[in-house]
Amino acid sequence: MVPLQWYLILAAALFCVGLYGLLARRNAIAVLMSIELMLNAVSVNLIAFWRYTESNTVTGQVFAAFVYVVAAAEVAVGLAIIIAIWRTKNTVVLEEIDLLKG
Amino acid sequence: MTQQILFFVFGAIVLGAGVAVVTVRNIFHAALWLLLAFFGVAGLYVLLEAPFFAAVQLFVYMGAIGVLIIFAVMLTQGIMKEKQLPFNEQWWMAGLMAVLLLAVMVYVIRQLPAVTPQALQWDSIDLLGMAFVHPQGFVLPFELASVLLVAALLGAVTIARER
Amino acid sequence: MGDAIVNVSAWIEGLLLGTGLSEPWVSFIMTVISAFVIAFIPVVIVIFLVWGYRKASARMQGRLGPNSSGTWAGPGGIVQTFADAIKMLTKEDIRPAGVDVIPYNIAPILIFFIALVVWAVIPFGPGTVIGVDLNIGIFYIMAFSSAALFGVLMAGWSSNNKYATVSAFRSVALLISYEIPQLLSVLVVVMVAGSMSMQDIVGAQRSVMYLIALPLPAVIFLIASLAEVNARPFELLEAESELVAGYQTEYSGMKFGMYYLAEFINSVAVGAIFSTLFLGGWQGPFVDAAPILGTVWIFAKITLMTMLWMFIQITLPRLRIDQILNFNWKFLVPLALANLCVISIVNKLINAQASDWTRAGILLLTNIAIALVAWTLVALGGRQKRRQYEAELEVVA
Repeated sequence: MVPLQWYLILAAALFCVGLYGLLARRNAIAVLMSIELMLNAVSVNLIAFWRYTESNTVTGQVFAAFVYVVAAAEVAVGLAIIIAIWRTKNTVVLEEIDLLKG
Repeated sequence: MTQQILFFVFGAIVLGAGVAVVTVRNIFHAALWLLLAFFGVAGLYVLLEAPFFAAVQLFVYMGAIGVLIIFAVMLTQGIMKEKQLPFNEQWWMAGLMAVLLLAVMVYVIRQLPAVTPQALQWDSIDLLGMAFVHPQGFVLPFELASVLLVAALLGAVTIARER
Repeated sequence: MGDAIVNVSAWIEGLLLGTGLSEPWVSFIMTVISAFVIAFIPVVIVIFLVWGYRKASARMQGRLGPNSSGTWAGPGGIVQTFADAIKMLTKEDIRPAGVDVIPYNIAPILIFFIALVVWAVIPFGPGTVIGVDLNIGIFYIMAFSSAALFGVLMAGWSSNNKYATVSAFRSVALLISYEIPQLLSVLVVVMVAGSMSMQDIVGAQRSVMYLIALPLPAVIFLIASLAEVNARPFELLEAESELVAGYQTEYSGMKFGMYYLAEFINSVAVGAIFSTLFLGGWQGPFVDAAPILGTVWIFAKITLMTMLWMFIQITLPRLRIDQILNFNWKFLVPLALANLCVISIVNKLINAQASDWTRAGILLLTNIAIALVAWTLVALGGRQKRRQYEAELEVVA
C-alpha cells in the first residue's frame, strides 16, 4: 500500500498550485478554478486521513461530503457574481473591477 | 506495487493538469484541464477505497461544477485577449509564496510517523448513510448543508437574473 | 449447475493455468477478456440495431428502407450497416479551419468511451455474470453519464461553428435539467431496494418487478432517459431543421461514426438500465433451474425496451425548447420530488415483515394516489387557464 505521506505531499502540492493560481491569475473564472483545486486537495487529505487512521468511523468521509456541499454552493454563487459583473462592466479581469477605487 | 504505479499515474495526472489550469492562457483549455484534474482525484479516491466519493467526484465536480465553469467561460468568452499575460504583476510573489508554503508543508509531513492502514471492516456507504441521518451522527450538519445549498441556489438565481 | 457462462470462463481460466502462467497473470488476462467481451456486446448489438432501426422507421413511414446496396446486400439489406461502416472508416477526415484541435479530437473519443463504460455494471445473469458488481452500481452509471455532458460541450465549442455552439448551450439546459427527475426516480428504487448495487436491485425484485410496485418512477425515469439520450421528442441537440446536426455538424468520417454509434449504444444502455431497475433484470421464469436463461431474459427485456425507444423516436415530432424545459421544471421535477417524499414515508411505515406482494401493493396504491392528485392539479390548472382565456376573449368581443 502507498504510504500516507505520499498522499499528503500530493495534496500539499495541489494546494500550492491552487494557491498560486488564486494569487496570480487575472481572470476571475480562473481564480474560481484555482479555489476548486485547493478544495480538492483538502478532500484528498480528508479521505486519506480517514482511510489510514480512522477507517472504522466515517467522520473523515462526512467532512469530505461537506467540502463538496460548500464547493458546489461556492461555485454557483461565484459564477453568478462573475456573470452579473460581466453584464454590467463587460469584463472578468479582476484588476479592472475596481469601482470602489473611484 | 500496482497501487504505487497507479498512485504515480493519477498523481501525475492531478498535478500536471493542476499546473496546466493555472498557467494555460486559453481559459476554455484551463477549464478542460480542470476537468482532467478532477478525474485524477476521482482515481485517487478509488485507490483509497472510497468508491462512493470517486462517483461523487465525477458527479458533482465533473458533471455539475465543471459544466457550470465551462458555461461561464462560454458566456464571457472574448473578454480576455490571449496575447495578454494571464497573470497579474504579483505573479512572482505568488509563486514564491506557493513554493515556500509547499516547502514548509513537505517538511512537516516528513516528520509524521508511518501509519499502516487497517483493512476495511464495514461497507463504508452503509455507515456513511447511517451517519448522515442518525441522531447521534451528523443529522443537524446534514440538514444545515441542505439549507446552505438552497440558499446558494436562490442567491445565484437572484444575482444572475437579468433585470 | 448448468451456468454456461460461468462454466466457459472457468474452462478458459483452467486452460490458461494449464499453460503454466502464474495466478495474477491469469486473473489479469481473464479481466482483459471479460472487459473486451462486455465492450463488444453493445457494439455488436448496435450494428444490427442500426439496420433494424432503419428498416422499422422505413416501414412506419411507408418506405422500403435498405434492401440492396450495389450488387448484393444480403436478405433485407442486412449487410448495409457493414458497408456504411467501411465507408465511414475509409472516408477522408476533414478538419475545418479554426477548430480547437485537441478538444475537437478528444470529444468523440470521450463520448464513445462513456457510452461503453456504463455497460460494466449491468448484470447479464445471476451471480458473477456481470462486468463488476460495484456497491455503488447505479450511482456509477449516473456519475459517468453526467460526465458525458462535457463531451458535447467540448465538441460544440471547439468546432468553431455557431450551430454547434448553440447545440452546446442547449445541452447544458436540456441534459442537466432532465438529470434531476432521472436521479430522483432512481433514488426511489435505491431506497426501496436498500442498495445501489445492480445485482442487489435485481435480487430485490425477486417476486415483484418494480414496474408494478413503482410505475410512476418508472415512467419518469423513461421520459428523462429519453431526453438524456437525445431521442426524438427531446431531440434538441441535433435538431436538423434548426441546427444542421448540432454539436456534430463539423465532424466527418469515423469521428461522426463514433457519435452515431455512441448515440445508439446509449439508447440500448437506457433499455438495459430500465430493465435492471424496473423490469427485474435477469429475473424470469425457470431462472433458478437454468441460470443461462437469465441472460436470455435480460436480452429479451433489452430488446423490448429498444423497440419501445424506436417506436417513440420514429413516431413523435420534436418539441420546442421552452415546451421541453417547462414540462421538466413545472411537471416532472415536482412530481418526482413529491413521489420521493411520499414513497420514503410510506416505505418506512410498511411492516418490515410484510411480504413482497403486500409491500408492492401498498406502494402501487400510493403511486396511483400521487398520480391522481397530480392529474387533478394539472386538470384544474388547465381549466383555470382556459376560463381566463375565454374571459379575455369576451372582453375583446
